[in-house]
Amino acid sequence: MSILIDKDTKVICQGFTGKQGTFHSQQALDYGTLLVGGVTPERGGETHLGLPVFNTVQDAVNDTGATTSVIYVPPFYAADAILEAVDAGIKLIVCITEGIPILQMLRVKAAMAGTGALLIGPNCPGVITPGECKIGIMPGKIHLPGSIGIVSRSGTLTYESVYQTTAQGLGQSTCVGIGGDPIHGMNFVDVLSRFQADEQTKGIVMVGEIGGGEEEDAAEYIKAHVTKPVVAYIAGQTAPPGKRMGHAGAIVTGGKGTAEGKVAALKAAGIEVVSSPTDIGVAMKGCL
Amino acid sequence: MNIHEYQAKQLFLHYAIPVPDGKRATTPESAEQVAKELGGDGWVVKAQVHAGGRGKVGGVKLAKTMAEVVEFSRDMLGKRLVTKQTGAEGLPINSLLIEKTYPIKRELYLSVLVDRGTERIIFIASAAGGMDIETVAHETPEQIISVPVHPAAGLQGYQCRKVAYALGLKGAQIKALGKIMQGLYDLFLAKDASQIEINPLIETDSGELMALDAKINFDDNAVEAHPDILAMKDADQEDEKENKAQQFGLNYITLNGNIGCMVNGAGLAMATMDLVKLKGGQPANFLDVGGGTSVDKVCEAFKLILSDNSVKAVLVNIFGGIVQCDIIAAGILAAVEQVHVAVPVVVRLEGTNAEQGRALLSNTGLNLYAADDLAHAAEQVVALAEAA
Repeated sequence: MSILIDKDTKVICQGFTGKQGTFHSQQALDYGTLLVGGVTPERGGETHLGLPVFNTVQDAVNDTGATTSVIYVPPFYAADAILEAVDAGIKLIVCITEGIPILQMLRVKAAMAGTGALLIGPNCPGVITPGECKIGIMPGKIHLPGSIGIVSRSGTLTYESVYQTTAQGLGQSTCVGIGGDPIHGMNFVDVLSRFQADEQTKGIVMVGEIGGGEEEDAAEYIKAHVTKPVVAYIAGQTAPPGKRMGHAGAIVTGGKGTAEGKVAALKAAGIEVVSSPTDIGVAMKGCL
Repeated sequence: MNIHEYQAKQLFLHYAIPVPDGKRATTPESAEQVAKELGGDGWVVKAQVHAGGRGKVGGVKLAKTMAEVVEFSRDMLGKRLVTKQTGAEGLPINSLLIEKTYPIKRELYLSVLVDRGTERIIFIASAAGGMDIETVAHETPEQIISVPVHPAAGLQGYQCRKVAYALGLKGAQIKALGKIMQGLYDLFLAKDASQIEINPLIETDSGELMALDAKINFDDNAVEAHPDILAMKDADQEDEKENKAQQFGLNYITLNGNIGCMVNGAGLAMATMDLVKLKGGQPANFLDVGGGTSVDKVCEAFKLILSDNSVKAVLVNIFGGIVQCDIIAAGILAAVEQVHVAVPVVVRLEGTNAEQGRALLSNTGLNLYAADDLAHAAEQVVALAEAA
């Protein structure tokens, strides 16, 4: 078993016929993802990449039975796209889009409360269950079906963790990029709880970074509820305060959200924290 | 994005938030003119820079005579102001805000921001105004009140009253504070602010409330939708290299070390800086070339790194996902052709088209070092920077 997605997950793509949507949908199809169609308003009835195009997410859901959607629409349309997916009954929404205004995400999250829909991202690489289903922009070929669950705020550090756990022969159960925005969908705890419950997952890699308090929340959660070994890495130890380090959410303000604070919280919870990003794979292997 | 205090106060006036009478001046003569127009028997001369902590370093001065207005203005204009928020180089003082002074009874604190924990816009207030609010929060947290606003309901009257009573306000002041809070909330939403801070919000001897200082930050993701706000941008207050990087869609932040870094992805870029430090070096910058990278973009990124004279060696760390390593390699070669590269460059390419990228960079006769292992690459670049 994996978490969130597997080979039977029916996926549609919003922003299907755009440049990003087209490129990554083709990559997903090549990987074996059960992509069943896409949505682009005013293009309904057409065929794209051999799959049907729909005007609305509701049409796509009615016709294909899709339960999951991946969003590649530009930032100022992304909030609308997320809420359209929620309204159509999509259970898992993966939003890749970077640059959504924070006030729009604030309203989206408030509107999603109580709907039961799950959101991954925005500003994230997506989610992959190696060998079964790839939803997002991660390079498929570095992955190996296996036993490590990976959760990260950073795309490229997810790839680093994948690369290292593959090199150690461990492979991955599912990898979830939760995204670099300050207000986003699933957080560390949401993903950690699923890895803890998943039989295939034997160990967990958690990659955090400066800004916010989700790593601290995760540390408390792991201490109380996670029995599987966890290796953590926190990026941004040398980041100057008050500067936004690429990700909208990666900023230390008022002395809060520092790497030192996060590392200390994780260590206090008994979690192995590596100080070099190159030690993630070796440390994970050492814990098993 | 940041704006100046005088610009923030203009916005405040549009939202009926009271501010002192005042006007911007860019010469000592116009400062005197402004003071004359304002009248009264005292003025404050405030350096307009994008940083707090001005008062402690001579960036805010009280003038009792016209001669002092001119003298203080002459002292400040054209200088650079170094505060604890600016770094050693400081920021240029190109303009001043001249304001009337008011008899102050109390200094309060009021701000509004997006709280990522609660995923709400929250107001933060304290009767301990005029001080660094983080210090207050740390030492006397009971002096701080915060009020989260539900996005569907909006700001409610009871929430404003709650803040007003906590601040010890009475009578007409309660309504006045409510108006200020509603103005702040409306401004926050209309212009996609990420933080607005009034420190201090003063109570005058006559009981009026007034924003003595004003600081607004805007959401970089939304500012494109607000041309009026974009027009307030002052490039002189920002790092030249960071500005240039923005034009090319690069994320660049200047740091104090001597090892230039070029990386794809914000997380990996931070991790690379950390690794350089861990191996005994000091990063000169944070640079994320981003996802949709072209040869031109990489070339510009490389030129940007090399324009920093303190850079003694460069580390390129690419994990190709969407980014293709051969494009990065071609960009490096293009940059090398356009600018003289006197420093050694260590390149670690992994992921999509890594082999093609490495092949492009080998046997070029250039000062390039290929590394396929990140730890090794970091050690190598630190050693090369030390040897230089």
